[in-house]
Amino acid sequence: MRKFIKEKGVVMPLDRANVDTDFIIPKQFLKSIKRSGFGVNLFDEQRYLDKGEPDSDNSQRPLNPDFVLNQPRYQNAAILLTRDNFGCGSSREHAPWALDDYGFRAILAPSFADIFFNNCFKNGLLPIVLDRALIAGLFEEVTANAGYQLEIDLQEQSIVKPDGTSINFEVDEFCRHSLMNGLDDIGLTLEDAAAIQAFETQWRGQAPWYFTTPENS
Amino acid sequence: MKARTLYDKIWDAHLVKQRDNGTALLYIDRHLIHEVTSPQAFEGLRLAGRRLWRKDANFATPDHNIPTTSAERRQGLAGIKDPVSKLQVHTLDENCKKFNIFELKMNDERQGIVHVVGPEQGATLPGMTIVCGDSHTSTHGALGALAHGIGTSEVEHVLATQCLIQKKAKNMLVRVNGRLMPGVTAKDMVLAIIGKIGTAGGTGYTIEFGGEAIAALSIEGRMTICNMAIEAGARAGLVAVDDTTLNYIKGRPFAPKGELWDQAVVAWKTLVTDDAAKFDQLVELQAEEIEPQVTWGTSPEMVASITGSIPDPALELDAIKRGNIQQALKYMGLEGGTAIQDIKLDCIFIGSCTNSRIEDLREAARIVDGKRVADSIEMALVVPGSGLVKKQAEAEGLDVIFKNAGLEWREPGCSMCLAMNADQLGAGKHCASTSNRNFEGRQGSGARTHLVSPAMAAAAAIHGHFVDVRHLA
Repeated sequence: MRKFIKEKGVVMPLDRANVDTDFIIPKQFLKSIKRSGFGVNLFDEQRYLDKGEPDSDNSQRPLNPDFVLNQPRYQNAAILLTRDNFGCGSSREHAPWALDDYGFRAILAPSFADIFFNNCFKNGLLPIVLDRALIAGLFEEVTANAGYQLEIDLQEQSIVKPDGTSINFEVDEFCRHSLMNGLDDIGLTLEDAAAIQAFETQWRGQAPWYFTTPENS
Repeated sequence: MKARTLYDKIWDAHLVKQRDNGTALLYIDRHLIHEVTSPQAFEGLRLAGRRLWRKDANFATPDHNIPTTSAERRQGLAGIKDPVSKLQVHTLDENCKKFNIFELKMNDERQGIVHVVGPEQGATLPGMTIVCGDSHTSTHGALGALAHGIGTSEVEHVLATQCLIQKKAKNMLVRVNGRLMPGVTAKDMVLAIIGKIGTAGGTGYTIEFGGEAIAALSIEGRMTICNMAIEAGARAGLVAVDDTTLNYIKGRPFAPKGELWDQAVVAWKTLVTDDAAKFDQLVELQAEEIEPQVTWGTSPEMVASITGSIPDPALELDAIKRGNIQQALKYMGLEGGTAIQDIKLDCIFIGSCTNSRIEDLREAARIVDGKRVADSIEMALVVPGSGLVKKQAEAEGLDVIFKNAGLEWREPGCSMCLAMNADQLGAGKHCASTSNRNFEGRQGSGARTHLVSPAMAAAAAIHGHFVDVRHLA
């Protein structure tokens, strides 16, 4: 997994609450058996004026000029600023894959849906929960200043604004460590393989009914 | 010993290791797999050269991409016209074959929506930890199992380690006192709960549903409730084990038999929250006050009673909420203040992991029996949740009732709940749907979804607009 230490980039405001994962990446793109290439279909329904399909040539599709992602000032955005309950709905990891593939590195919101929040950390994306008033303030600053950038420092757990002031944020210690070191969860867990084995043996003795199949029940 | 909630008990029993950094390794008893969220996980396993930890914990079936017309299904894989969908289903078959995983393939009589099939086969047992790369895994909590959706990285993690890295959620109790009135169902109850606590009300919690009205529900009804726990933001929903649970499970293919069954029952009877246990949050509803529910917007919390009307955004004081209502009404093509009963429908969808079990189909069939779908309805689908539900419904003659009334009787799958297969709703069309999400574009690009119970969807099919099912004898 790619490491996240310090990232600086243009902030894109998405002024909507309850942005669901269908909105982030519509279902027709979930048919792929790959985990890359979803960036061109990020926010597909809002971003393009026609309906996209997995085999569409996206470079030929008409863009929706009103959608924030298509506005020149937000090109190459790396930080997404949004409202409450971002990422609700389906557990599809295609949502963080699409955000990551497009180029987003961090998401700032007052709250996130649990499964999406968790999926972000598995993909080098940093979701940051900030107080609602702070988010509202950032929305004002971003819309008032073209080219508005933030620098996110995970080591210091701080967000540095263009005027040099900073906002501190909380992050789970395990997630922070994994992100900063680009660690693979499975590798870490397998270091405890002996403990898992021991648990399984004990559990099989204590609750053998969970280990039955139609053949041996 | 400290008094514990049901969630605490299942958590404690599966704790492999509590780490110093606040995370825990939790053992997973059952891993359900479908075609959409698993291919990248199997690929990851292969690329890293890792082995599958425990083959017999896995249970697979394709459901999202498969066609639901009989003509297409008869052709097997060749019947899936979209080559990308076909490859995904084929990939699941290949992965299950290669890793020797139990799979109910597309044309197996027992195939169906994974959250219908798991409990039906007895693969869902009380006290289990269950995961699946699908947010509606919360459904299985109806049987007293701790079940929740995971992403594909975690699917790979479970395949490789039989564990998940977890942080314990908080405990919430949603208690529904009293008894539901005739014509009001589990679906109305859960929509009313979401209307009350909001789509993020359960975020960070495991919700236990309890109280007299929950205890009175069948397992099918409890599944409908737990299924939509995720729509209230909670990854997992739970109902305590009782005789209804045990009676449902007994004799199912994966359930223990004989002496092992007797031992299991002794253990399962302890799967209730201790009287003195404390919840972090309590929400209470009175069942008699719940009326049939209809969503009018683009989030499940945008819901009203059948006797109510769509809120007027001008009356909302909070600017963000007002904006949300305006945005939703614009998408839905509806005006604030409109009576719910005046919303006209173009399509009807009866199906999905929320409402496609035999009880749901019986409820819908009772309403349409001897009647005809309104002329204004362009499409009305009934999609059973599994091959066995379909078989049972046909044995009871429900298929004939539906067909005589002008509804289409289909093969099992997820179908138009998320419209990943060919079953899609057109732009601008209003659909009375028994599914779980009314998000923008969910049932098709530009499509407008209204979430309701099977009885309410059936009644809307006959009348062409929403009607109060309590007034239909």
